Amino acid sequence: MSNTTRRDLLKGGLAVTAGLAAGKSSAGIPDPLITQVQDWATYTGDGVDATPYGMPVEYESDVIRRNVPWLTADSISSINFTPVHALDGTITPQGCAFERHHSGAIDLPKEAYRLMINGLVDTPLVFTYDEIERFPRENHIYFCECAANTGMEWAGAQLNGAQFTHGMIHNMEYTGVPLRMFLNEVGADLSSQNWIYVEGADASSNGRSIPMDKALDDCLVAFKANGEALRKEHGYPVRLIVPGWEGNMWVKWLRRIEVIDMPVESREETSKYTDVLEDGVARKWTWVMDAKSIITSPSPQSPILHGHGPLVISGLAWSGHGKIVRVDISQDGGMNWKIARLGKQQGDSKALTRFYLDIEWNGDQMLLQSRAIDETGYVQPTKEQLRQIRGENSVYHNNCIQTWHISENGSVENVEVS
Amino acid sequence: MSKFLNLFAPIFGCATLVLGIAYGVATNFFANSKIQTAEQKIQFAKADSVRLKETADMTSNRVAELEIKVSELEGQINITRAQTADEIVTERTPRHLEKFNLGREALAEEIAAWDVDVLPDGRGLPHGRGNVITGEQEFSEHCASCHGEFAEGIDNWPVLAGGFDTLADRDPVKTVGSYWPYLSTVWDYIHRSMPFGAAQTLSTDQVYSMVAYILYSNDLVDEDFELSHENFNEFGMYNVNGFIIDDRSESEYPLWRKEPCMIHCKDQVEITMRATVLDVTPQTDTFIEIDEKNVRKIGDSTININPEIIADGENAFRKCRACHQIGVGASHKIGPHLNNILGRTIGGFDDFKYSSDLRAAAEGGRIWDNESMIAFLTKPKDYFKNTKMAFVGFKQQEEIEALIAYMRSYGTILE
Repeated sequence: MSNTTRRDLLKGGLAVTAGLAAGKSSAGIPDPLITQVQDWATYTGDGVDATPYGMPVEYESDVIRRNVPWLTADSISSINFTPVHALDGTITPQGCAFERHHSGAIDLPKEAYRLMINGLVDTPLVFTYDEIERFPRENHIYFCECAANTGMEWAGAQLNGAQFTHGMIHNMEYTGVPLRMFLNEVGADLSSQNWIYVEGADASSNGRSIPMDKALDDCLVAFKANGEALRKEHGYPVRLIVPGWEGNMWVKWLRRIEVIDMPVESREETSKYTDVLEDGVARKWTWVMDAKSIITSPSPQSPILHGHGPLVISGLAWSGHGKIVRVDISQDGGMNWKIARLGKQQGDSKALTRFYLDIEWNGDQMLLQSRAIDETGYVQPTKEQLRQIRGENSVYHNNCIQTWHISENGSVENVEVS
Repeated sequence: MSKFLNLFAPIFGCATLVLGIAYGVATNFFANSKIQTAEQKIQFAKADSVRLKETADMTSNRVAELEIKVSELEGQINITRAQTADEIVTERTPRHLEKFNLGREALAEEIAAWDVDVLPDGRGLPHGRGNVITGEQEFSEHCASCHGEFAEGIDNWPVLAGGFDTLADRDPVKTVGSYWPYLSTVWDYIHRSMPFGAAQTLSTDQVYSMVAYILYSNDLVDEDFELSHENFNEFGMYNVNGFIIDDRSESEYPLWRKEPCMIHCKDQVEITMRATVLDVTPQTDTFIEIDEKNVRKIGDSTININPEIIADGENAFRKCRACHQIGVGASHKIGPHLNNILGRTIGGFDDFKYSSDLRAAAEGGRIWDNESMIAFLTKPKDYFKNTKMAFVGFKQQEEIEALIAYMRSYGTILE
C-alpha cells in the first residue's frame, strides 16, 4: 500500500469488495483485534506532556491544507485550501484553515504590534496590543470565504476534489472588539457616506475600503480564534473580521484604519476582486458572499469505500446575507430534490451550517447536488443561471450548485451536467 | 383580511335597504309623483352606492398596501429575531459607550510614515517626477525579472501592458493599460507594495518614473513623457468607465428569491463535462511518505556549525526567499538558487541572466567566499553597482554571519 495512492486505487477501478475488507470481519472467523490482547491493552501509553501542544494523530496526516501550484507564480503570494472533504461539524481547526497571502505570512510579535486610527477623527490614536484586550469584547462564529473560491470552475468542471473546488473557506469562533468601539474612541465622523480604509502590516500592505455602515454594524477587531491566539498565517496578533463579506477584506496583521470620505480604490479593489461580465464591463464592490453549499462527502477525495447500505451524505452551507434556512439535495442531477437535515442553530448568522442526508445506497450511479436557501429566500443558483447573467470571466463569486458523479464502484468525480 | 369584510358589510346593508323601499313603492299603485320621488331616491341611493363602492375600493387598496407593509415589517422582525439569536456565544456589548481613554495620540511623524495611500483624486500624492527613459532603466532593474522587460509578464507573474479591448473576449487580458481604472492605484501599489520582496524601498521619483514607463509600455504616452505631481490628475485611464457598482440586488436576487422546484424539475440529465479529462488536479496522496531525498542534509563536515546559528540564519533567509531558493530541488527564480553558494564562482550560472558586473566577476574567476559574501550582503549595491538584486542589505553583522552559516548547511547538495 505504501506506494499506492488513493487516487491510483480509484483510477485503477476500485473494487467495492476491497473497501469492504476494512472494518468488517468475516462471519464465523473471530476477529483477532478482539480475541487477542493488543499491545495498547497491555503496555502504557504516552504520559502527559508527551506533546505539550498536541498535533493530530499520525493516522490523520492526510488531513492537511494543499495548494494548486499552477494557480500562482509563487507560494509567497498564493493560496491553499482547507481539507473540507475530511472535516465534519462546522468549526475549522486553525491548523488546516486555508491561507491566502500576498507577501507571505509575517512574524509580528504582540510587543511590536501597533494599531493606528487616523483620518476624519477628533483625535488620531495609536493602540498597543495590550490596550486592544482592555476593550469590552464579544465572541462570534463566522465563515471566511475567499471571493475566488470555486473560481477555477467558471468555464467547466476542472479540479477534482471538494478541497480544491470549495476549500477557500474556514469557519471559526472569533474573540474580538467591535470595530465601532475603536471608531467611538477616536471620535470618528460616522456619517454613512464615509468609508474606512483598513490596511495590513505586511509587505503587500493589503488595503481595502469598507463603507461606514458595515464598519459600524458587525465588523470585529479579532485577536483569538477557536479560543487561542490567531495563527501567524491568519494574521497574528490581530485581524479584521468582516462577516459575510469576501475574505480579502478581512485584513490580517491589521495596522491602520483610516476614516476617509471616499474609497481608496486600491489595487485589491480595482485590478483584483472586481468581476468582469460577458460584455467586458466589470462589477466592483461585490463584497457580499451569496448563499452557497457543497457536499463534502462523498466527494472525489472522499469516495464511498464501504460498499452498499447506509450512506451519510454530508455537506456545508453558508450565506453572507444571514442564516441558512434550508438545504435541498438531489441524487439525480437536479431532477428531484429532498430536504436535508440541519441543525437549528449551529453558529451565528453568516456562519457555516452542516447538513446531512442519510440514505441507503445500492451501488446506483448518482449525480449529487446540494442547494442552499438563506433567510432572504435566496436559492443557490446553477452554474448555467450564473453564466447567463455574468458570462464565464468573472473569476470571483462563483456560488453555483456543484455536481459530483458517484459511480457504481463508489468513486466520485467533479462533473457538469445539462 | 377581517378588516376588509367589515368595510363591505355596511355598504351591502345600505344598498339592500334602499332597493327594498323602492320595491314596496312600485307595487302599491300610488301616484306617479310618488313613483318619481321613489325613482329619484333610487338614483340617489345608486349614486350613493357607487360612491361608497369607490371609497371601499380605495380603502381596500390601502388595506392591501398596509398588508404588504405589515409583512415587510414582520420580515424585519424575523431578521431582528435572527440577529438577536446571533448572541449565542456572548451578549453583545452596549451600542453607546463612553470613551475608555485607551491609546495615545498618534504623532504627525507617525501618521506621515503610515498614512501614504493615494486617492483617485490625487490626494496623498507626494511631490516628485520621473520620465519614461529613467523609468525604463528602473523597470529593467527592479521589475523586469517578474514582469518582463516590456511589462509582458514572465511565467505566472502579472502582465502589465497591452490587452486593450480584450475584456469581452474568451480570455480577457487585464493589464494596467486595459483594465485599471485609476492611475493613483498604480502609483500607490508600486510605492507601497513593490518590488516583491523589497517593498517600500523605492524613492518617490523612482515610482514616478516606473509609472511613466508602464504607461509608455501600454502605448498611452510618448517616450519623452514625464509624470509628476503636477500633471498626474490630467491623465485619464483607458478603462475608467469600465466598472459598475455591484448590481446583484437588481439583476440577480429577484430571479433567485423564489421557491424552487422539488420534483420532476427536468426530463433528463446528461454529464456534459468531467474534471478528470483535464487532469489538472494536484496529486493528493492519502499516505504521506517521507522521501529520503527531501530530508535536509545538514553539515559541511569540515566546518563545525552551531545549529542555533543555522536556525538564526534560516530566520534571516526569510528576507531572501521571495527571490532565492535553497535546498533540494531549488531552482533559479527571480535570483539564482543558492545551493553550494560559498565556494561557487560569482555570477557563475550559464542559465541565469546576471547584471554586467557579476558577469565580469565570473570572467575574472572570482569566487564567493566569506569576505565577499559579507561585503555584498552588507550593501549589495556598493559591492556590485549594477546588481539586479533589489535587497538593500542587512543591518546586523550577526544576521549575515548566521545567513552564511545557513547557506553553508546547504553546501553538500548534489546538483
